[in-house]
Amino acid sequence: MPHPRHILLIGATSAIAEHCARLWVQEGTPRLTLVGRSPERLEALATDLRVRNPQAEIHTQAGEFTDPAGIRATVDRLTAQGPIDLALIAHGSLPDQSLCQQDLQLAHATLEINGLSPALYAEALAGHFARQGYGTLGLIGSVAGDRGRRSNYVYGAAKGLLTRYAQGLQHRFAHSGVRVVLIKPGPTETPMTAGLEGRFAPVEDVARDIVRGMEKGQRVIYTPGKWRLIMCVIRHLPAFVFNRMNI
Amino acid sequence: MRAVASWGRLSAPPHDCIALHERERLIEHITRHTPGLAFGMGRSYGDVCLNSNATLWMTRALDRFLAFDEQKGVLVCEAGCLLRDIQRLSIPRGWMLPVTPGTQWVTVGGAIANDVHGKNHHRQGSFGDHVKRLRLVRTDGELIECGPDQRPDWYAATVGGLGLTGVIVQAEIQLCRVQGPWLDTETLAYTSLEEFFDLSDASEKDWEHTVAWIDCLDRRGHRGLFMRASPADTQEPSPAPRQPLSMPFTPPVSLVNRLSLRPFNMAYYALKKHRAGRAQAHYEPFLYPLDNLAHWNRMYGPQGFYQYQCVIPMVDAREATRRLLEEIARSGEGSFLAVLKTFGDRRSPGMLSFPRHGATLALDFPARGGRPPRLFERLDAIVRETGGRLYPAKDARMPRELFRAGYPRLDELLTYRDPGIQSDMSRRLLEE
Repeated sequence: MPHPRHILLIGATSAIAEHCARLWVQEGTPRLTLVGRSPERLEALATDLRVRNPQAEIHTQAGEFTDPAGIRATVDRLTAQGPIDLALIAHGSLPDQSLCQQDLQLAHATLEINGLSPALYAEALAGHFARQGYGTLGLIGSVAGDRGRRSNYVYGAAKGLLTRYAQGLQHRFAHSGVRVVLIKPGPTETPMTAGLEGRFAPVEDVARDIVRGMEKGQRVIYTPGKWRLIMCVIRHLPAFVFNRMNI
Repeated sequence: MRAVASWGRLSAPPHDCIALHERERLIEHITRHTPGLAFGMGRSYGDVCLNSNATLWMTRALDRFLAFDEQKGVLVCEAGCLLRDIQRLSIPRGWMLPVTPGTQWVTVGGAIANDVHGKNHHRQGSFGDHVKRLRLVRTDGELIECGPDQRPDWYAATVGGLGLTGVIVQAEIQLCRVQGPWLDTETLAYTSLEEFFDLSDASEKDWEHTVAWIDCLDRRGHRGLFMRASPADTQEPSPAPRQPLSMPFTPPVSLVNRLSLRPFNMAYYALKKHRAGRAQAHYEPFLYPLDNLAHWNRMYGPQGFYQYQCVIPMVDAREATRRLLEEIARSGEGSFLAVLKTFGDRRSPGMLSFPRHGATLALDFPARGGRPPRLFERLDAIVRETGGRLYPAKDARMPRELFRAGYPRLDELLTYRDPGIQSDMSRRLLEE
């Protein structure tokens, strides 16, 4: 390869992104650019990755996540550094649904950080990939985006937005070298879910599925894979059955 | 609240789980949610890692490396790093953790707090012997850096301190040189305890690792398999790690029971004896054989299991081990995972470290009827009489006085205790 593969991670300090980054530096020697909000946390992550692979080239960049002009400026700065082979948009936060119902500010923030913000990042990066003519763009959605449920529809609606956005981008790039990958993790064991009751997939396994799936350019990655089947059933349940379920 | 169980799966009490992740918020999380307890992988068997109806600070995501000096073999990492990840990072670069327990699915913090040991205790001592420095966050917000050369009293209290002196958030570990991931191994069948102890004595000088499996149901003698290994010169790299098999669900009754155990032990002994001799093995299957079956603890069914691990001082080791095994054989209870090993005479670093010069026996017993087997009281009597001790990391039931008798430095440790930290074990064994 003439130059090391350049991988861009937006929301790099999220647990899933962090574990993807570990796999990427373990399995190769890429050039990684980590984008996040907090410079300290980015630096902690970068240091860790450098220990894991001293040959990997790791850069960090603090980015803007809500203001559209700021997102544009962040992406412009990133793309000015040359070609990007692969980008993963991974940020998000899981709020308490009942609090969102009482507090519109929180509902707004949830819709923004899980839906609007990654969509705008995707749009800005899509422009770059279109000019470049190749590359893989990954978006972390969620199984929660497949059907609105009372237990988390604010978060689910934002993630659902990403589903449609990714579909649109896939359609747009259907006849080009650009691949768009929508990732739908099930409940995953991360700091975000540490306090919750339930069964969670190890974040390492989820990250492995994402890295492999993006390599293959899979259109939709359900991880763990069983969620493809489960969500297929959930999506197709008639309302009179679905409404009786406490999910 | 979230149900959390330890490895023995005796209960799954609710906990308020707080993830420790961002370094800049550690102090905030630790000071604000008390009484709490650090929780890593939950691989300790009893209640040392539980804090029912109160806070657990989950350290699993506090797992970043900070520095690795490849010249000196010194690694600095956060407390939630897995021993597995350290091994996989360092072995290709010619270094390895000097001490690891029988599973590598434990965190650095847990390995320090329980001062774990491995099959090479006679050579390398316990995990704490290789910790150069550690960072502790107290629930009043104080930060304590300590090590053998820096505030050594805090180091001695925290190594093996069962998590009670503060939350270990970071550690600096001295690794040891290795050629590669391979071991020269030898398996020998033995048929009596005398033979086991003679083999142990003879092997300690030339072999890095020694451990034995023992058929605890064998009433005629004490047959077993003695395994020893030393680092091989082969530099061939590790094969790609495989996904371990997994016990996919918990069977309704324990698969380890009176019916299954005898044929199982016979078959295991016969098979291994047949294959005895010298071989070369990768370190993972040799050092962590059970890691190849994820969730193996589910085999014991919904009621879970107890592990009994004691150490008997060397003077009485042969005689007392024979008596322990007699009691077990007589009870008809028994365990497939019966492990026998001798500890070297190195003084352990922690006030509450488990290892001491002697013989250690570890056995698993399925829990029946929600209480420990009656047999344990008879085993306790032998341990007490010989001045031995039980391993807190494995324990869910030892009597207070046995804990006190086994750990004469307990009162000293208590002066370093963090008042904002509690565990089910501390309430059971320490609180008034």
